[in-house]
Amino acid sequence: MKAQHVLLSAIVLMVIWQALAVLLQQPILPPATTVILTFLREISGDLGWHFLTSLWRVTASTVLAILLAVPLGLGLGQSERLNRIFSPVIYLLYPIPKVVFVPIVLLFLGVGDVSKIVIILLILFLQILVLVRDQAALIRPELLLSVRSLGAGRRALFRFVYLPASLPAIFTALRQSIGTAVAVLYITELFATQRGLGYYIYLQGSTLLNYPQMYAGVIAMSLLGFGLYIVADWLNHRLCPWITDQVA
Amino acid sequence: MIKVRDLTFAYEPGLPVFQHFDWTVDQGQAWAILGPSGCGKTTFLYLLAGLLTPTAGSVRIDDEPLERPRPRTGLILQDFGLLPWGTVEENASLGWTIRSFYGPDERHAPAGEPIGDSASRVHPWLQRLGLYSLRHHYPSQLSGGQRQRTAIARTLSLEPDLLLMDEPFAALDAPTRESLQDTILDLRDERLLTTIVVTHTIEEAAILGKHILVLGTPPNEGGRVIHNETSGTPGFRGSPAYHATCDTLRQSLERKP
Repeated sequence: MKAQHVLLSAIVLMVIWQALAVLLQQPILPPATTVILTFLREISGDLGWHFLTSLWRVTASTVLAILLAVPLGLGLGQSERLNRIFSPVIYLLYPIPKVVFVPIVLLFLGVGDVSKIVIILLILFLQILVLVRDQAALIRPELLLSVRSLGAGRRALFRFVYLPASLPAIFTALRQSIGTAVAVLYITELFATQRGLGYYIYLQGSTLLNYPQMYAGVIAMSLLGFGLYIVADWLNHRLCPWITDQVA
Repeated sequence: MIKVRDLTFAYEPGLPVFQHFDWTVDQGQAWAILGPSGCGKTTFLYLLAGLLTPTAGSVRIDDEPLERPRPRTGLILQDFGLLPWGTVEENASLGWTIRSFYGPDERHAPAGEPIGDSASRVHPWLQRLGLYSLRHHYPSQLSGGQRQRTAIARTLSLEPDLLLMDEPFAALDAPTRESLQDTILDLRDERLLTTIVVTHTIEEAAILGKHILVLGTPPNEGGRVIHNETSGTPGFRGSPAYHATCDTLRQSLERKP
């Protein structure tokens, strides 16, 4: 994907938006230019703080999800016995839309940052777990044997085989689930909080009826999701060059 | 060099692949192990590599009981065993990377041997095997022959005294196979390596084995040994001796039930 193409698409969408706004002349659809100016003004103030709060919640969940899911996924992928015990549980939990846990997690963990981080963690955790597990199970026994014959014990196998083998799975999981994670973040921020983009959008739109500000919040939330996707994609290219080179 | 004594090995109790099996290999000998699929020849090689442990009996190499992979034993497998995420150079250096990861602790690397700079040990092998210009490529960008040469470079840069190979060239086309067989013959003579190759093809056993151990249907209680001393001499591939060995091996395989 070329950067110019993405930029061009963004401009086309803005032009369509601008044209619709001019045609409809409704306060609930302010022109793109007004919203962009509002966004640029607000992002250095209030909106910026809400953005950073949301970014912190997503980043913390992502890091925690990786730290928890990768070792467990590698363990399950390596051990058929462990996998036989846990895979029915994962099979059961995996398709449940995690967003339905929002009220339960709020009841148990309260309205602070922890409950929001935990909900996003749930989404990312299972996704990473399943992909890393399947990747670790795919490692050919011949590969392990020849690396062991070079003197590798458990630690070296982990460092030189299992860890690099799981990296692409982590990035695939992140790219697949970051959109959902940001969507669920929005929902969690509608409940009993005064910080975060979800709160900002809701407040501006439903209470204050500041439509340009509301749209600026929507743009900030979109940029959050898009930015995280770009970072995951960039890290994937940077850290897994063998995959990129294969495709090229 | 290798002493297999009273070896019994079973994956499942009561179904031994080897039973009271004895075998001796002297330093510098070239062996091939031939047998049909399922005869246990790969199992036998893994036992010699220290990747499997005997159910009973012992494998001793240089009078040391074998309990884990031995730093001076090299292993080359049919599917190359290369890391998909490593370049040719990284793969060829992997043995040295693992040694410096652990340090010279005698368990994972020979004690008292400086590990030093792996490039100076690996580059000459990459050059000799025609891989130097490909050293930044990934395995997925290489042909089968180039992949297997990378695996050979990886193994030989560790300066093994015993080289174990499991169907090393079975996945390659005939010209590549023959050229790599010749490479192994050259290296064997030059480095005084003890080589053991497991194969299911009669022709490969005749080319690479001066002694050929023929295994049959398990449980193996002692295979048949066929001597093939002129193997490896120039022009052997077209010689009457080669054809005679192939015939003997064919008969020997057919006689097994």
